[in-house]
Amino acid sequence: MNRYETVFILTPVLSDEQMKEAVEKFKGVLTANGATIVNEEEWGLRKLAYPIQKKSTGFYCLLEFEGAPTLVKQLEIAYRRDEKVLRFLTFRLDKYAAEYAEKRRNLRANKASETAAAPAEAENKEA
Amino acid sequence: MAANSEIRYLTPLTVDTRKKKYCRFKRSGIKYIDYKDPEFLKKFLNEQGKILPRRITGTSLKFQRRVAQAVKRARHLALLPYVTDLMK
Repeated sequence: MNRYETVFILTPVLSDEQMKEAVEKFKGVLTANGATIVNEEEWGLRKLAYPIQKKSTGFYCLLEFEGAPTLVKQLEIAYRRDEKVLRFLTFRLDKYAAEYAEKRRNLRANKASETAAAPAEAENKEA
Repeated sequence: MAANSEIRYLTPLTVDTRKKKYCRFKRSGIKYIDYKDPEFLKKFLNEQGKILPRRITGTSLKFQRRVAQAVKRARHLALLPYVTDLMK
């Protein structure tokens, strides 16, 4: 059961729910083959460093999961079939990478909670 | 012989002192170089977006390979450009 991390870029032309549905589709492919999704991040629309297929922005999404090695092949077949995906990269996390991913997740978690907490404090200060 | 002593230098000859280069990863104990944050990787690229050689950055061979690997992955995901001008 190795731990993997995959990042893929969707075309920006899609509407919001099409993007959600595409992300759900790939999560489905993973869970169907018996993977457990550890973490999921959406970086949203970002400017690409160079145009891919004549598009200069893309919707980035990161999926971190744990599963059998054969699973990656299924995932990549699904990527290649889907024309909405501009580019993808799957990567096996070794010991240090997994540790780093853990730390990064906690960092983002408490940063998210901080931003959530900040307006709350602001409110009760005014109230 | 007299000619040599004629030569006077405007500024004293400064031999550049060899600053001991160190590998910043070993020193700060970073074990994994993440390909997902381009800001950190930009420290290892020059203006055209090319990877800086070890003799300039002073990183050890083991981490230079990891930096190169991370930069190539970031380029694949269009987080970093393959070639550009005045990137900084």
